Amino acid sequence: MINEKVICAGFGGQGVMKMGQIITYSGMMENKHVSWLPSYGPEMRGGTANCAVMVSETPIGSPVITNDATAVIVMNLPSLVKFEENAAPGSRILVNSSLIEQKVSREDVEAFYIPCNEIALELGNAKVANMVMLGAYLQLANPVKIETVFKAMVKVFGENKAKFMPMNEEAIKKGMEIVKEQIK
Amino acid sequence: MSKVLMKGNEAIAEAAIRGGCKFFFGYPITPQNELPEYMSRELPKNGGVFLQAESEVAAINMVYGAAGAGGRVMTSSSSPGIALKQEGISYIAGANLPAVIVNIVRGGPGLGGIQPAQSDYNQVTRGGGDGDYKMPVFVPANLQEMVDIMMEAFDIADYYRNPVMVVGDGMIGQMMEPIEFKKPVPRELPVKDWITNGTKGERNPNIINSLFLEASDLENHNLAAQEKYADMVKNETRVENYNMEKPELVLTAYGTTSRICKNVIAEFKKEGIEIGLIRPITVWPFPHKAFEDIPESAKGILVVEMSQGQMIDDVKIANNGRLPIGFHGRSGGMIPDPQDIILKVKEMLGGVK
Repeated sequence: MINEKVICAGFGGQGVMKMGQIITYSGMMENKHVSWLPSYGPEMRGGTANCAVMVSETPIGSPVITNDATAVIVMNLPSLVKFEENAAPGSRILVNSSLIEQKVSREDVEAFYIPCNEIALELGNAKVANMVMLGAYLQLANPVKIETVFKAMVKVFGENKAKFMPMNEEAIKKGMEIVKEQIK
Repeated sequence: MSKVLMKGNEAIAEAAIRGGCKFFFGYPITPQNELPEYMSRELPKNGGVFLQAESEVAAINMVYGAAGAGGRVMTSSSSPGIALKQEGISYIAGANLPAVIVNIVRGGPGLGGIQPAQSDYNQVTRGGGDGDYKMPVFVPANLQEMVDIMMEAFDIADYYRNPVMVVGDGMIGQMMEPIEFKKPVPRELPVKDWITNGTKGERNPNIINSLFLEASDLENHNLAAQEKYADMVKNETRVENYNMEKPELVLTAYGTTSRICKNVIAEFKKEGIEIGLIRPITVWPFPHKAFEDIPESAKGILVVEMSQGQMIDDVKIANNGRLPIGFHGRSGGMIPDPQDIILKVKEMLGGVK
């Protein structure tokens, strides 16, 4: 049974909110129960940003994730420091190793290191680092079908961004591929 | 597909437009800014008027004016902004005018903070304005319920010729959930023959007013309002009774906090302990009967709020001394942790000292 509770965190501009929205939208398209809860405050580009996403086969009670996250996705170091403790025992922490040299300190979780920014640059667009990470997450947790994600992406980014979708799809696929090598 | 994923504040605005709102007057304040932003873009396209006033006081008085002229009108704000609007709300109630007010609550008092809170309970149920007025106050717990209520709110206001308040906390305003816009059950609405839209020389002038210098006139005016309020108590009280068949303890909470309580209930179910929840959907009228109907199995009531304890007073009135009442509250934008609620429940059940 799917009951995903995901924290997506990074700095403003890294696309962590959009990453969360794509997972949420995909879940809705597959008729699952979903919620997306952003942190909000006086932060702007460059400040911290995070959201809590739930995708579940049963109705969602509280949209707040305390220490029961099934996955914690961190795109920068402050996010790892802040949210490492929110991962439930046995859950996954996905680390953007391009910007985070530090390793996950907990031993009761599975850690994955994905060099998102480097892969994005190899693909020719630094902005798709979040999509690389999204791909890695989808490969590991598989809460929604990848075809649904490709459809949801167009909805979340808007039709006028449709021309960027092939690049986003490529980034997601690359993220899936990279993380496969790390699965024990 | 009929479901859409929307942010709470935007969903409220869209539901208001679909509910027939034609006029919006407001002044910006976090965490509800996406609501007027959406209105400024979408309301004019739907034949309505959006106007950003110079202050909250101006906005609520524009609402008063538009309502008096027969417009379907609303305003939205957050706690300190609602405090500024209280005089106008009292005038609107005093003049028997229909209007919808949305309050996306943030921590107080004063300017407080911008994170979610429920510390406006007394402000919205007791009325921060003067006089013996009441208004229905809805406190939905999820976006679908919020949208359903918003679409109905203008009908309720018109039906009673009374202001209606819809309250969410910052979390409801900011989060995204799938929603479906469904038409509410239609009400038979009275003809607005009392509005001030020009006599055209064909009728006597209508007067919109809340001033009655003759004491007996004012008392009669207030007694007529009381009849209306009695109808609201009879017809508009809403509550969800959750897992209330044979609870060992009853939680009571509204809005976002009730969702956290549902997680707590699920945790106790795993241990074979049944905990119930009374979730008021209206906090005025308050669902007194739900408390009278608490089964004998219950050993107490735990009130959970994002405040230092405000709804607890209504719970005490409804409970009328029957069961022991406990309280767990966080405030200032802090959100109750399910583990803390679990501990408090166990303490009340005598499991943990």
